[in-house]
Amino acid sequence: MSAEKQYIDFFGEVRDTIAARSCAEMNEQRESAFEAFSAQGFPLQKVERYRYAKVDADFSPNYGIALAPLTGPLPPYCFRIAEADSHARVLYNKVADATDSIVALNTMLCVDTLVVHVPKGIRVEHPIQISNILKGDQDTMVSRRILVVMEEQAEADIIITDRAASQSRFLTNQVIEVVMKDGSHLNLYEIEETHLLCTRYNSVFVQQGRDSSLHHTNLTLFNGHTRNRLDVLLQGDGSEVTANGCIIADKMQRVDNNTLIDHQVPACQSSELYKYVLDDSAVGAFAGKVLVREGAQKTSSKETNANLCATSSARMYSQPMLEIYADDVQCSHGSTVGQMDEAALFYMRQRGIDEKEARLLLKAAFITEVIETIPLESLRDRLHVLVDKRLRGELSKCEGCKLCK
Amino acid sequence: MGNDKNSFVREVAEKKYEYGFTTNVETDIIEKGLSEDVVRLISRKKGEPDWLLQFRLNAFRYWLTLEQPTWGHLKMPPIDYQAISYYADPTRKGQGAGSKGQEGEKEIDPELMKTFDKLGIPLEERMALAGTAVDAVMDSVSVKTTFREKLQEKGIIFCSISEAVREHPDLVREYLGSVVPYKDNFFAALNSAVFSDGSFVYIPKGVRCPMELSTYFRINARGTGQFERTLIVCDDDAYVSYLEGCTAPMRDENQLHAAIVEIVVKERAEVKYSTVQNWYPGDSEGKGGVLNLVTKRGHLRGANSRLSWTQVETGSAITWKYPSCVLSGEGSQAEFYSVAVTNNYQQADTGTKMIHIGRNTKSTIISKGISAGKSQNAYRGLVKVASTADGARNYSSCDSLLLGSHCGAHTFPYMDVHNDTAVVEHEATTSKISEDQLFYCNQRGISTEEAVSLIVNGYAKEVINKLPMEFAVEAQKLLGVSLEGSVG
Repeated sequence: MSAEKQYIDFFGEVRDTIAARSCAEMNEQRESAFEAFSAQGFPLQKVERYRYAKVDADFSPNYGIALAPLTGPLPPYCFRIAEADSHARVLYNKVADATDSIVALNTMLCVDTLVVHVPKGIRVEHPIQISNILKGDQDTMVSRRILVVMEEQAEADIIITDRAASQSRFLTNQVIEVVMKDGSHLNLYEIEETHLLCTRYNSVFVQQGRDSSLHHTNLTLFNGHTRNRLDVLLQGDGSEVTANGCIIADKMQRVDNNTLIDHQVPACQSSELYKYVLDDSAVGAFAGKVLVREGAQKTSSKETNANLCATSSARMYSQPMLEIYADDVQCSHGSTVGQMDEAALFYMRQRGIDEKEARLLLKAAFITEVIETIPLESLRDRLHVLVDKRLRGELSKCEGCKLCK
Repeated sequence: MGNDKNSFVREVAEKKYEYGFTTNVETDIIEKGLSEDVVRLISRKKGEPDWLLQFRLNAFRYWLTLEQPTWGHLKMPPIDYQAISYYADPTRKGQGAGSKGQEGEKEIDPELMKTFDKLGIPLEERMALAGTAVDAVMDSVSVKTTFREKLQEKGIIFCSISEAVREHPDLVREYLGSVVPYKDNFFAALNSAVFSDGSFVYIPKGVRCPMELSTYFRINARGTGQFERTLIVCDDDAYVSYLEGCTAPMRDENQLHAAIVEIVVKERAEVKYSTVQNWYPGDSEGKGGVLNLVTKRGHLRGANSRLSWTQVETGSAITWKYPSCVLSGEGSQAEFYSVAVTNNYQQADTGTKMIHIGRNTKSTIISKGISAGKSQNAYRGLVKVASTADGARNYSSCDSLLLGSHCGAHTFPYMDVHNDTAVVEHEATTSKISEDQLFYCNQRGISTEEAVSLIVNGYAKEVINKLPMEFAVEAQKLLGVSLEGSVG
């Protein structure tokens, strides 16, 4: 219980400060979250969904805990929770899994929520980019919260990037809740480019209405330890979800993706594609469950996890799961762990491409399959460049923002 | 119509478990409950040496520190371990606990003979046509092992494990618990403490076993559990094919069956292990049935050794087992073929574990799950490639077929790969029988029920083909029977 204790004690001390800086909707949930967290503590590796994470070790170091509300001008459709529409505000903490103690910890410590609220029938023309920049000369723990509400027939692209602008240790605990009403459409991208001392816990919860569609892409280009949880609840007939991910990890990096696609009603479609390239002593884990509830007939679901291990010290854990309680369904999953195609390597070397370059090309080609599914063209082009740089080892810190230069 | 159909289903379910009878033999059953004294009593009844008693006691003490695991995808009724009798001997009539168990040739009760005859298990060696040597186990005791002398000529040891403890103590001591240690899991610890009978097989170097060896397990007595233990050792360049079959009477209560099977495969040796499991599955309301909680594991110790598990699981209220292979020998190969059928309220959480340790090891997993009625059928498998297993190769394929909208089919594969030269592939599909296929059969005058049976048999063929012939025929029939009445 030692890792939990510092958070429990801390909350005891600053409870009033947090409440004063926050708003009513968030404060209402705080005490029950505190109770849930104190009762459960951090999930052990015995808990199936945290099997591959090392929660205790990740949360043990002594971090300074950031309690700053959002500042500065916000882009269109984005609000601080206190200023958001009441329809959106009431959805706070309604989709997230309150029994998860990592989520409870976030609800307990988070002082502000960024609300992205797209009104009925509005198509947001330019992508909304949310840049999270970690900066500071002290080891810091950050709790972040985002609530996305897509009203009926709304459409938007949201890009969330995680970067670190200084070399301190950072621990991020982020919770994203997404409510998609009937007929809405959302492309959600998450891109992480931090550094080896960054630990990130990210839990995304999505609730989809009738005929809504979500395209979620999760890219881990550079990180320390990352754990992503994605829960998609398909609650309206005919809804669709595509959840893709690409992970490049080397050195001592760890990346754990844990997804659940919950088909609760008939005629929904889901597709998942996660690809990992692991080098040096990196550890990758993918656990994806597709749950088809009783009565969710005409479900179509496809889940693929492909992994490349480039060294003998890299480790991959793969666990594609199906849990099905309805008979008129088409579900499949596939998973592979392997290395590069020797024939393709040989072919390239025959044509004068040296081995190192040939291996690089093959890795890039392997990842490209995920990048190509991204609907936003400019992002796709940018990612091709970033992936290439990453694989060449040139992307040792984040690229593209002016802060680091 | 709905009512009619239900009554039909019930009729079929009750009628079709044809091994549900009981045998009236006087059985020496020890009192219910589990304690150190019971462990000592079992050991004394079997006239065991001290080292084995110590093994049991260690296991029992360790078991006391454990809790029953709950991670399976199963709704398990609570098991009262004090309400079970841990030893039932149908071959001995009312003898006191003090007897040493050192009698010569046992005289078999004619009732017992009849039982095994009814089950189609020949205990008379004149029925050599069957070409199979049988060890028949009822409740806690091996009734008879056939063809022993003939096998002995080749140096093959095939007997019950109790006899092996007396006659070949060195072999048993060397290998017992070497593949499944008593600390392995809750049920392994329980079994190690109270195991009764089972088979022991030793195939010496270079010998190809001339006939199929087989064990037939039968639970008869009420309020007992069966805790059999099988140990197979296949020495260098040897070969054996081993079959296992099981049945139990129909009872309202759940009966516990917690067994351990250990297999040691040495250099260039090959073992084939086939199971047709047909324990009583409970009635159509989900009452009664056997809880089949088994630890089965093979250790491929030698280079280029081979082991294949083939299982057809149609019975048991709950099946929770993972026949596994530890591939240590360089170039060793393991295979797992499984068909698991669940109907009514049956639950299965079964699959395999392939642990690759040696270089260039290969494993194949083919699993077919069929669920009907209100049953739940889960495949759970682990493929682990250690960093030492260069060039390891695995292919897994698990398909599920759903018949009816109230059943469940689940797949939980785990892949842990710690090596860059390994290739691991997994694929799975879940679907129902296509309307087109049914329509095609109907058009040609095949009734829907027959058509389903036909399609299911085709679906399971990949696995059934791996079974020895006599078993394949039985398995095919079982598949038809288990699914009857589940089509609507």
